[in-house]
Amino acid sequence: MTTRARDTLIGWALLAPAMTLLVAFTHWPALASLIESFYSTARPRRPARFVGTANYEQILADPVFWQAFSNNLLYAAGTIPVSIALAILMAVWVNDRIPGRTFARVAYFTPTVLPMIAVANIWLFFFTPGYGLLEQITGAFGLPSHNWLGSPETALAAVTVVAIWKEAGFFMIFYLAALQAIPPVLAEAASLEGASRWTFFRRVQFPLLMPTTLFVLINAVINAFRMIDQIIVMTRGGPDNATTLVLFYIYQVGFSFWDTAYAAALTVVLLALLGLVAFVQYGILERRVHYR
Amino acid sequence: MDRRHFIAGTGAALGLGLSRPAWAQAPTEVSFYFPVAVGGPITKIIDGYAADFSKENPSIKVTPTYAGTYQETIVKVLTAHKSGTPPTLSVLLSTDMFTMIDEDAVSPFDSFLKGPDDQAWLKGFYPAFMLNSQTEGKTWGIPFQRSTIVLYWNKDLFREAGLDPEKAPATWAEHLAFAEKLTKRDGAGNTTQWGTQIPSTGFAYWLLQAMAIQSGAILANQEGNRTAFDDPGALEALTYLVDLSRKHKVMAPGTIDWGTTPRDFFERKTAMMWTTTGNLTNVRNNAKFPFGVAILPANKRRGSPTGGGNFYLSKKAKPAEQEAAVKFVRWMTQPERAAKWSIDTGYVAISPAAYETAAMKDYAAAFPPAAVARDQLQYAAAELSTHENQRVTKALEDNIQAALNGSKAPDRALKDAQAEAERVLKPYR
Repeated sequence: MTTRARDTLIGWALLAPAMTLLVAFTHWPALASLIESFYSTARPRRPARFVGTANYEQILADPVFWQAFSNNLLYAAGTIPVSIALAILMAVWVNDRIPGRTFARVAYFTPTVLPMIAVANIWLFFFTPGYGLLEQITGAFGLPSHNWLGSPETALAAVTVVAIWKEAGFFMIFYLAALQAIPPVLAEAASLEGASRWTFFRRVQFPLLMPTTLFVLINAVINAFRMIDQIIVMTRGGPDNATTLVLFYIYQVGFSFWDTAYAAALTVVLLALLGLVAFVQYGILERRVHYR
Repeated sequence: MDRRHFIAGTGAALGLGLSRPAWAQAPTEVSFYFPVAVGGPITKIIDGYAADFSKENPSIKVTPTYAGTYQETIVKVLTAHKSGTPPTLSVLLSTDMFTMIDEDAVSPFDSFLKGPDDQAWLKGFYPAFMLNSQTEGKTWGIPFQRSTIVLYWNKDLFREAGLDPEKAPATWAEHLAFAEKLTKRDGAGNTTQWGTQIPSTGFAYWLLQAMAIQSGAILANQEGNRTAFDDPGALEALTYLVDLSRKHKVMAPGTIDWGTTPRDFFERKTAMMWTTTGNLTNVRNNAKFPFGVAILPANKRRGSPTGGGNFYLSKKAKPAEQEAAVKFVRWMTQPERAAKWSIDTGYVAISPAAYETAAMKDYAAAFPPAAVARDQLQYAAAELSTHENQRVTKALEDNIQAALNGSKAPDRALKDAQAEAERVLKPYR
């Protein structure tokens, strides 16, 4: 056996455990969903049969899906920019030598560690009309009471806020690590040149953070389509589907309605969508990202 | 079989004069999944029952497993069914009956109930609870943790508003009139206290159904393949509900959360609330004021749907296991045990005999609200249950919420819900 062949073999052997898990729990289920999406849902009295693209046609004609989809776009547009901006702000803030720095870092990171289900139950009471925390604050300013989770106009915004609060601290950790990797000489050079704090951030720190931003952005996009725990606890998709997101809808179709074939088709659509987003981000944005 | 089982088994067999030798075989395993939907140490109580049963019946070993909420439990049961090893026995929503039948996951109890004694047992339950347990002439579920909707009211707030604190509203008109007196607004026009509260998330269909029954409408047929959401009675119900909030402004606007409703009541944000009897123990422990519990007010008649969970028998279990499970179910539904279960949880006891036990009589004498749910059972009707139940109830629920938020008029909302239900149920006729 040549050295090269042996290296190849060892390489594959080292890959095997992770590969097995990936194939068994990620690739195969994705493929199985794709196959199942072309069949009807099996019922004991009606076995599954090939239906071609019928499930996909049903998606096109399904008003709840389209509402979930547009809700999801709004949810993404709400969570992604705000949580990234907040993360950068917090990271720059706790990167400086300020009193109580460790405490501030821990405080910002805490929401990430808490389980979403617990958090959502707490937020449920923040938003409660009448005596919830939010109402107590707005009430102190004499503002009228509002049913935040019970009105279609504000329910989606309310669950979006919870997602931002949960995510910003997590992204902050990545920015903090990236900021600490920036050589201090750059800051010294900038201050010698008389650059203002804002100029230093805009011309030095922010460009150097771009690879992190790309990474965080991809994560944020995936999370926008993935994070639904608070929906289940806070609104169950209501009122009248105002907070139904695509993944929540898939869960409902799959495990409440037991229409597994239709759920599979919805899953394939979601996967394709996320694949497209990842392709755009890695394939196109990456070239514009400023690497040192 | 270990020595302890052997000795106990022999003793029981001799003592009770069983014909079958208990020492001849290993104990029959009965796996049992149950959900927890109300407060309190439910898992501990169930584990205790299973241990007591196995002590009395050493030839049977019941293994209870806490499986989460009702929704999580049915997901686990059906997933296990599809993979081939479902639990022998499970407690699921009575309204999941058609889903379980359609998945071919459930075995009717009838083949195990041949003797006259068995038939008497079956007839011992409140008939209202059997409505969601029987179809096609077979019994698919046995009532266990069942409930109905009742009205809770705050006696202090009634007194403040100049109402008789001991008198609950008996009719819809009274309910509205009381609610108007009980609604308080401050100088700026903000409401500080609502008159009444009927939650509209999670179980909106259930509460609407109560009002529909009171208006003389039956929302679904016994075969579970036809709904009547556009019935005039249903329209009367939804119009009343929407008017409480949008026209008379005695109930908070928008949808009202099911989970925070008891809390609103404790915080005196609402003077009355409609919710399940399953909350009785919760209210008793947390309300810092005298409260009353009453049968729901009447429109054309009184009425409430039943709710809650039934025992289901797995189709894939071995006959011996099924038989052992039936024995366990009969043991669990004995009057004394049903009474104790009701006292511990607030669920309605499932048979008149349970209310005749000394324990239950003492409890109801000391705490009269405990008997209200029973008194309402004579007016109770089946809970809305159809094939593809979750999809059909969601269609109704979404449209109730749309009507409450003003995006649809009540008649439009009900017509839309009916059209969706028609589309889903057509294949089942």
